Amino acid sequence: MLATALLASGCGNASNDTSTTAAAPEDGAATTTAFAPDPEALVVYSGRNENFVEPVVDAFTAATGIEVAVRYAGTSELATAILEEADNSPADVFWAQDPAFIGGLANEGVLTTLPDDVLSLVPERFSDGDGHWVGVTARSRVMVYNTDLVSEDELPGTVFDLTEPEWRGRIGIAPTNGSFVAFVTGMILVQGEDATRAWMEGIATNDPEIFDGNGPIVDAVVAGDLDAGLVNHYYLLQRIAELGEAPAENLFFPTGDPGGLVMATGAGVLESSDMRDAAERFIAFLLSAESQAHFLTLFEYPLIEGAGTPEGQVPLTELPTLDIDLTDTADTLEPALTLIAEAGLS
Amino acid sequence: MTVLRAPTDPAVTEAARSVLKGRTAPRLLTPLALLAVVPAAIPTGFLVWTVVRPGGFDAGGFTAGRLLELLVSTGWLVATVTFTALALGMTTAWLTTRTDLPGRRTWSTLAALPLVIPSYVGALTLLASSGNEGMLTQMLRSVGLGAVPSFTGFWAAWGALSLWNFPFVHLLAVPALRRLDPALEEAASGLGASRWRTITTIVIPQLKPGLTGAALLVSLYVMSDFGAVSLLRYETFTRAIYTQLRGRLTLTPALFLSGILVIIALVLVFAEQRSRGRTVPMVARPPRHQRPIRLGARGTVVGLGFMTVLVIASLGMPLLTLGWWAVRGSSLGNSAAIIAGELVNSVGVAGGAAVLTAIAALPVAVLAVRHANRTSRGIESVAWAAYSLPHIAVGLAFLVIAVRLLPAIYQSIPLLLIAYVALFLPLALASTEAGLRQVPASLEEASRSLGMGQWRTLRLVTGPLVWRSIVAGGALVFLTAMKELPATLLLRPTGFQTLAVEVWSASSELFYTQASVAALVLVGLSAVPLFVLVARGLHV
Repeated sequence: MLATALLASGCGNASNDTSTTAAAPEDGAATTTAFAPDPEALVVYSGRNENFVEPVVDAFTAATGIEVAVRYAGTSELATAILEEADNSPADVFWAQDPAFIGGLANEGVLTTLPDDVLSLVPERFSDGDGHWVGVTARSRVMVYNTDLVSEDELPGTVFDLTEPEWRGRIGIAPTNGSFVAFVTGMILVQGEDATRAWMEGIATNDPEIFDGNGPIVDAVVAGDLDAGLVNHYYLLQRIAELGEAPAENLFFPTGDPGGLVMATGAGVLESSDMRDAAERFIAFLLSAESQAHFLTLFEYPLIEGAGTPEGQVPLTELPTLDIDLTDTADTLEPALTLIAEAGLS
Repeated sequence: MTVLRAPTDPAVTEAARSVLKGRTAPRLLTPLALLAVVPAAIPTGFLVWTVVRPGGFDAGGFTAGRLLELLVSTGWLVATVTFTALALGMTTAWLTTRTDLPGRRTWSTLAALPLVIPSYVGALTLLASSGNEGMLTQMLRSVGLGAVPSFTGFWAAWGALSLWNFPFVHLLAVPALRRLDPALEEAASGLGASRWRTITTIVIPQLKPGLTGAALLVSLYVMSDFGAVSLLRYETFTRAIYTQLRGRLTLTPALFLSGILVIIALVLVFAEQRSRGRTVPMVARPPRHQRPIRLGARGTVVGLGFMTVLVIASLGMPLLTLGWWAVRGSSLGNSAAIIAGELVNSVGVAGGAAVLTAIAALPVAVLAVRHANRTSRGIESVAWAAYSLPHIAVGLAFLVIAVRLLPAIYQSIPLLLIAYVALFLPLALASTEAGLRQVPASLEEASRSLGMGQWRTLRLVTGPLVWRSIVAGGALVFLTAMKELPATLLLRPTGFQTLAVEVWSASSELFYTQASVAALVLVGLSAVPLFVLVARGLHV
């Protein structure tokens, strides 16, 4: 059994072609077996997944010689930890998967102001208005649906349709996921708290399947165990790339609909950091052509100019979205969290 | 003195009690035992304090109705799983020790092996083998039958937790069954009692201490589990705590719920102690050879069938699913990086935890068994209470305390090890105490009356008789620590990844190939010591 596992991992490595960065990741490079943290290492708290981040981190170390230790966990967990750690925080960089939580940290004064040459690399609408965080990649909220179980004419024209009785028991959501929370903050900004509360309660009483993450939702939809779910656009695309064709599609909600929020993943440097230079270099590296090209292969939208569009997808400028300032999502974060909790979804 | 009378004789009870009461503990023993439970006391005390302090009873938006719902759903799951695990574990233990089932040594080992499979891995494979894309469905479709619905909700959680908890009961029941005195049963049947009556009046009372310990272990585990119930989407207290932790920017609701759970756990532990107080320490004498019960042809078929189905469900199916994923993913060319680093880390911290808990359990066990008094019961309760907490709550408590009071050990291995001791002390404790209970107090008394001091007696007389139980406890801690997930996630140094963390993070982002490879290595690694432990302990 052990032999099979090692054999399988060996075979996997031989045919690995997902890495596009110059330096191939060393085995276990991101994992330290040292029984004490390296004091010289740059500490990054990442709400993004390891497979997504590791190649970029390794390339950074290869290019600059700066060691990096990355802590992977949920964005909200990490944000809570940073707030709890306060001045003693070992973190130098925080990379969130949505703008609301990192904006919340900025509002608490936990993040520094980034230099202009970093902020100018991405379009203004994808960064913090006060320069506390910069967008690294962008993603769109979508409804993933199973093409065998949901017919074309059933497709909802707006996310508000999902509280209707014909969607009872057919939708999956992940209410504790950062992207969902960001989506709710967007809805509050555009529709106000009362309309959002009504929608949350409508969804909660419409018998939704509650998941802890977006991945299992997509899994269930593809398998036909669930009709549809509210997730981010790249999950289905990554799944098709990993496991082959699937009877599922992403539905992009029309412009102005909260369900179609396009948001950035944000990175910022902590005030308490004692490695500010290295931290800023790291964030600048995330916005280098090389790194952004890597994100492209994982179907997220890179944000620097000329980086391109994920295969088969609509260009970023043409994606239907919500006309809001992502910075403002931080202000509606607390109300959003409260509404989700009051609806009994968390 | 006592050896000639039946253990349930009240005169024996009195004599035994008075002997134990009269003896004073060696001076250092109580302080040592207190020190050993400090790690367990910290999170318990902290969480209770956050609830009972003035202004602390703040549910952070959690309604009383929702609280009640959670209590009911959790309680129901705990009760049903404990019952099933006890039934399954007792049956496998009985079949493999007291009957003439063919190949019973192998079956006994196989019945204990599912311990290597973490509940979240097992739940993952249950989910994966069901539903339209699952292995089971594909197998059924190939013979023309329909699809299996996705296994989620109460039944799935009940099934998963029972399947991967009954080995606890099995491991505790086997030595208990072995120590049953056949003379009593023979006497009972000689006096005309039916087999059923013998079982209920002779066998079960002797097994009661071991069984209540096992039942408590299982109940507390179910109360504390979050991986399986999260994956299978059954709302319990611990899942709600995890949700609050991940879905808010404040720790208040999570801490509040954790505090409530602590109080419930303390009540459970207290109740168990009261029930145990009424049983007698087993009077040990060299057990007469137990005659195996003849099963007959039909009985053998039923017994073999039962064991086969159980082993396939708890061991075969998850391993097959994992292997299937690993191979399927690799054939599609997906990366599955070799996880040597995680391997070393897992073994390192689990080993450290095992050694530390085994050492910490010693003074507590000696105090509890040989010098039982109110203090010792209090100390035991503290240890057991921490075990009942969801690991995420313990991790949370240590995180908050380290951040606010001891930043030097925040996100360090020592903190992680302290948390492991807090979490797993009862595992080592249960085994060590069980072993100590088998050692007759008369041996130690004889040794002391011949001039050996209390410490030397413990070392030279009791030690050789209980070291196997101590090692078994340590091995159990090693296995459980290898599988530990939420506390490790919260407390580990940045960049320090264990196999369990690897499985969780990979599977949460759909990298199933990677998850299954890590899971297989985790399971394979855990199987080796378990196999050795079980082979020695179960068949010694």
